[in-house]
Amino acid sequence: MRYAMVIDTKKCVGCSDCVVACQTENKVPIGYARDWVVEVTEGTYPHLQMEIRSERCNQCENAPCVRCCPTGSSHYSTGGIVLVKPRRCIGCGACITSCPYDARFPHPKGHVDKCTFCDHRIKEGNGPACVEVCPTKCMYFGNLDDPGSEVSKLLRQRRYKTLIPEAGTKPHLYFLT
Amino acid sequence: MREEVIISGRMNPMIDPQLNIWHWHIPLYLFLGGLAAGILFFAALYTIQGKEKLYPAAVKRAPFITPFILVIGLLALLLDLNNKPYFWQLYTTLRLESPMSWGAWTLMVVTPISFIWCALNIREIFPSFDWKYGWLKWLETFFIKYKIAMSWVLLIFSVILGIYTGILFSAFNARPLWNTSILGPLFLASGLSTGAAYIMLVSRSHAERIMFSKIDIVLIGIELFLIIHMFMGFLASTQVQIDAASLFLGGPYTAIFWVFVVFLGMILPAILEVLELNKFRVPVLVPGLLVLFGGLMFRFVIAYAGQASRWLY
Repeated sequence: MRYAMVIDTKKCVGCSDCVVACQTENKVPIGYARDWVVEVTEGTYPHLQMEIRSERCNQCENAPCVRCCPTGSSHYSTGGIVLVKPRRCIGCGACITSCPYDARFPHPKGHVDKCTFCDHRIKEGNGPACVEVCPTKCMYFGNLDDPGSEVSKLLRQRRYKTLIPEAGTKPHLYFLT
Repeated sequence: MREEVIISGRMNPMIDPQLNIWHWHIPLYLFLGGLAAGILFFAALYTIQGKEKLYPAAVKRAPFITPFILVIGLLALLLDLNNKPYFWQLYTTLRLESPMSWGAWTLMVVTPISFIWCALNIREIFPSFDWKYGWLKWLETFFIKYKIAMSWVLLIFSVILGIYTGILFSAFNARPLWNTSILGPLFLASGLSTGAAYIMLVSRSHAERIMFSKIDIVLIGIELFLIIHMFMGFLASTQVQIDAASLFLGGPYTAIFWVFVVFLGMILPAILEVLELNKFRVPVLVPGLLVLFGGLMFRFVIAYAGQASRWLY
C-alpha cells in the first residue's frame, strides 16, 4: 500500500480552506502551517499562465529527512507516510535542512512537525482534513497500488507533475496540470 | 519580460523565504571539532612514530586544549537543539545513513580519549601533581601500557571527525551549495591546518615550529586546490549548483569569502610562513591566528551561504 495525494491545479481556486482545516484538525500552533497555497504566474505578458497549488510534505518514497535523522525519529509508517516520533526527536534540524520542499518546522514544544496525511483520520477510515473540506473537490487521496483507486485512475487519465523530481525524492504528492 | 510571481501562504517565518534553522552554534562547533581533530591527529601520528621528544608541543602541550574545545563545541550543539532534554536519544541508536548519528558516536570515542591523553601528560606539565588514589595510578599505568593502541584509535577517529564536520553538510541534497563531497576532504584539510597553526602557536621549539609551518603551507595548498576544484564542479553542474557557486562569485557572500577566508585565512598566512622559512622574521602569532580566524570564518560562511542556496520550484 502506498498512500498518495493528487491535486487538480485546474480546479484549485487558492481559497486556503485546506490550510485552515489542517491547522484546526491538527492543532497547529499559531504562526505555523503544515500546508500552504502557492500561486505561480509564469510567462511573458500577455501570454501569462497561472497555477495555484496546495502544497505540503511530499511524503517522499526516498525521503532525505528519514535518511539524515540521527535518532530514527523520522520514519516511514503505514502506506509510506513519513512521520515524526516526537518522543525520539531531539530537534537538531537535520531533517528541516534536508527537505528540498521546506515542509518541516520546529514545533514550539521542541520536536519537528509536518504534514502527516492526517494518519489519525486515515486509521478511522476518513480522508485527510484538507481533502475533506476542499470546496472545489480538487484534492484526492488514496492508494497508488490499487489500480481501481481514484488517485490511480486520475494519474492514468490526466497529465501530472511532481515537485523537484530531479532531487530524486519520489514524492507521493501529484499535481494534475 | 519574463515574469514569475510567487505568493506563498505558508506564513512560517522559520522557513520562509529562506531556510534559517542553523545559527552560530553549528559553525562554531564545526570549527572547534575540526581544530580538535587536527591537534589530536598530529599528537597520535607523532606518538606512533615515536617522535614525542622531537615534537613535544604537538604530542603533549597542544592536546591540553582539546577536551575543553570539544566540550564547548558539544555544549554549542546542545544549545542548538530544539528538544534539549532529549539529546541522549542520539546514543540509543546508530544510523549509518545519517552523518549526524555517526558523528555523535565518533565524538563519543574522541572526547574521552582527549581527556585520557591530557591525564597521561599532566605530570609533565605539573611535576608535583599526584593522582592520590591507587586506582587512578593503576589506570594511568594501564593507559601508558596501551598508548600506541590508543594512538591508532585516535589517529583513525580524528580523521573521521575531521571529515564528518564537512560530510555533515554535504549529505543535504536540498542545499545545493553543500551537496558536494569535496566538503569532506576540504573540512578535513582545514581542520588539520588549524590544528597545525595551534601547535605552532604553543610550541617553544624552533625546529617544531618550522616543521608545522611547512605542514601548514602544504595543507593550505591542498585547501586552495580543493576550493578551486569545488567551484569547477559547481560550474560544470546543474543550474541550482551554478546558482549556489554564484553566491561566492558576485553574489552576497563574495567579499566575505574571498577576503576573509581565502586571502586573510589562507593566502596571507601561507605567504608569511614562506617568508619565515626564508629567514625573514615573522612573529609566529600572526600566521597562526590568521589561520585559526580563517578556519572559523570558513565554517560560518559555508553554513550561512548553504542555507541561502536552494532548489528552484
